[in-house]
Amino acid sequence: MKYLEEFRDAKGVQGLLAEIRRLVTRPWNLMEVCGGQTHSIIRNGIDQLLPQEIRLIHGPGCPVCVTPLVAIDKALAIASLPNVTFCSFGDMLRVPGSDKDLFRVKSEGGDIRIVYSPLDALKIAQENPERQVVFFAIGFETTAPANAMAVDLAKKRGIKNFSVLVSHVLVPPAIAAIMSSPVNRVQAFLAAGHVCSVMGFWEYPPLAERFHVPIVITGFEPLDVLAGILAAVRQLENGEARVENAYSRVVNFEGNLPAQALLKQVFTIEDRAWRGIGNIPQSGWKLSPAYREYDAETRFSVGEIHTVESPLCHSGEVLQGVIQPTECPAFGRQCTPRTPLGATMVSSEGACAAYYNYGRFAPVSITTAEEPACAT
Amino acid sequence: MCLAIPGQVKEIFEQNGLRMGRVDFGGITKEVCLAYLPEIAIGDYTIVHVGFAISKIDEESALETLNTFREMGLFEEEFGVEPAPVETRH
Repeated sequence: MKYLEEFRDAKGVQGLLAEIRRLVTRPWNLMEVCGGQTHSIIRNGIDQLLPQEIRLIHGPGCPVCVTPLVAIDKALAIASLPNVTFCSFGDMLRVPGSDKDLFRVKSEGGDIRIVYSPLDALKIAQENPERQVVFFAIGFETTAPANAMAVDLAKKRGIKNFSVLVSHVLVPPAIAAIMSSPVNRVQAFLAAGHVCSVMGFWEYPPLAERFHVPIVITGFEPLDVLAGILAAVRQLENGEARVENAYSRVVNFEGNLPAQALLKQVFTIEDRAWRGIGNIPQSGWKLSPAYREYDAETRFSVGEIHTVESPLCHSGEVLQGVIQPTECPAFGRQCTPRTPLGATMVSSEGACAAYYNYGRFAPVSITTAEEPACAT
Repeated sequence: MCLAIPGQVKEIFEQNGLRMGRVDFGGITKEVCLAYLPEIAIGDYTIVHVGFAISKIDEESALETLNTFREMGLFEEEFGVEPAPVETRH
């Protein structure tokens, strides 16, 4: 992009920080919903540059992190079956199940392939008609259209040896669940820009009104994140609670209508358990009846799954913004990227991974307004 | 997983009835499904996620955002920096 560097401009960062400092009069808790934004914030030190009144709470927007343990265990069971080629995005392979991960299954002889796109999995199925090819279809609204397309193409092309293990989750019900929690501390949301690029933001005004909470759609570059924080702080200081779009170069109100149409055709909404959080009503997608023959859970009877979570892992509290990763007793000790206890330490968008990878081994120390901002 | 990469559409073609394109990500070119962006044309920029173009990038809106920052006087007020107009910086 010709102008991408502008959104990383250090002077712009300093200017926006100065404006935030000028506006803020009292403490505010903001939640960035998306794990991609969490990584941008930690990588660029944005949380440390903000005035001490602004606290950023990391949200549950990492699909790898919130995929329930039972889905991981089902994936492990299916991937272990003979004659199955199991395809997945790379960051799912090291997510711990109850007693192993997909890498372990691979080392035990399982045919597990890392793919870049669900279309790659479909291609593997077409090229290997003698094998059952299963794709682990996880993700938020951003990823679901790709997986919907793969299933629809399989149906249209009559590909019978392809199926998907679906564990899709939706953002707006999660926002409602966070705001309804008795331990909620969130006063404004930075909404995930790429989720909104697909779904638009027409679902958000009722949420902003119902919970009287500002929701600002933001991108991932430092200026995008800070512009979102500025807009949220301005609303909070004025007592407002509106939806604002600070990522208009990518997101519009309606979203991607062809993608939404195929999502509605291929999936139906159901209640869904989020790992570490619990059941959230109407927060998941499953295959609609017309596509049920492509459901790996139906095709492969994986039987009763008994899940066992690590008692040492506090990722659920991290995902709900109740604690920072460094407040978990296992962080950096029993739990590291090489020895993860939970998905938040494994995923490329996990909050624990962000803290570990960028050297945050102590609780966030927030600078005072007088300290200089560093370049991004 | 939710991250998406901006790239420029260099070529559009059909493959098994599916609208596909070749998208350049700063020197690396990949095949991308364009089925969800029926209006996108060669030369346009798009955000790509797991092999699918999900949104066209609106350059006009990007420049407008940057100009808004400048109109707010953020650069000048705090640091006495006189930024060049957006259009001349590319």
